[in-house]
Amino acid sequence: MSPGSHSRLLALILAVALTGFGDACAAPPAGGLDAHGQLQDPALQVRFERIAKELRCLQCQNESIADSNADLARDLRRQVREMLVAGKSDDAIFSFMTDRYGEFVRFAPPLSPKTALIWGAPFFMLLLGAAIIYRVVRQRSRMPLDE
Amino acid sequence: MWKFLLPFAAFVALVVLFVFGLNPNRDIHALPSPLIGKPAPEFALSNVIDPLGIVSNAALKGQVYVVNVWGTWCAECRVEHEELLAISQQHVVPIIGIDWSVDHGPGERDKAKLWLERLGNPYSQVAFDQEGRTAIDFGVYAAPETFLVDRQGNVIFKHISGMTQEVWEKEFLPRIAAAGKGGA
Repeated sequence: MSPGSHSRLLALILAVALTGFGDACAAPPAGGLDAHGQLQDPALQVRFERIAKELRCLQCQNESIADSNADLARDLRRQVREMLVAGKSDDAIFSFMTDRYGEFVRFAPPLSPKTALIWGAPFFMLLLGAAIIYRVVRQRSRMPLDE
Repeated sequence: MWKFLLPFAAFVALVVLFVFGLNPNRDIHALPSPLIGKPAPEFALSNVIDPLGIVSNAALKGQVYVVNVWGTWCAECRVEHEELLAISQQHVVPIIGIDWSVDHGPGERDKAKLWLERLGNPYSQVAFDQEGRTAIDFGVYAAPETFLVDRQGNVIFKHISGMTQEVWEKEFLPRIAAAGKGGA
């Protein structure tokens, strides 16, 4: 059993305990979507919120699909919820999105030859700056102290 | 020597960067589609004009066709419509319309029907994407978007924003001519 299915089972037990058996029979099973299309399983909801914050709304480009009111963001949230309920892994959901929208859909694209420049540039700049400072300081320390 | 060469190299690098970065013809919001070179997503949706009919791209395998994602709520699509009509008059390849209902309501179908009756119909078939799922499969994020699919069923080009005669002649026609070679 994966840790995910453990927490799902726990959530199911909790849901049954909290709502009472009578209600639980009438309500759809835990982990499904309620009438408003929201996730009922709190564990899935936590994963949903994390994934939705990681995905860029391409209609507005600087908002995540969790924050955006755009129609497309709403549709993509629906897609993420449905995939979570269907038991898909985080990786499967991210690759569903990048297969369709490209790496740009992720705020933190995974390290790959294509994204190496984005991830490497800050460290390169830091090293470059350090090298320049080192040279300048060394040069100045060699200068004669006049006056 | 270094004191002269280094700033000069930096200057040249900046010029190159600006020539690419400040090109007014470049849409900074347009993203490369990961779909290029990959099979076009399959769809089988109800027909806008005839709700009992099904529009499916499986039936189009073996021919070059264009997919245009639009909606009556989209202003740019209204502008593009005249261009699409003119392009459809040339009868080069079939243009499949996908009417994207962003509010998931059935009303979009009636509006689309009215739109096509009043303004003319450039499409060989129009599919009704009420759930917006086909639009997601095609990676559409800003209608209108237009795709070119080759005989093998692969997407070979994508144009974001309104179609124009210029884009059609520069980007689509040469690719259609190249894709048309070899068979049929």
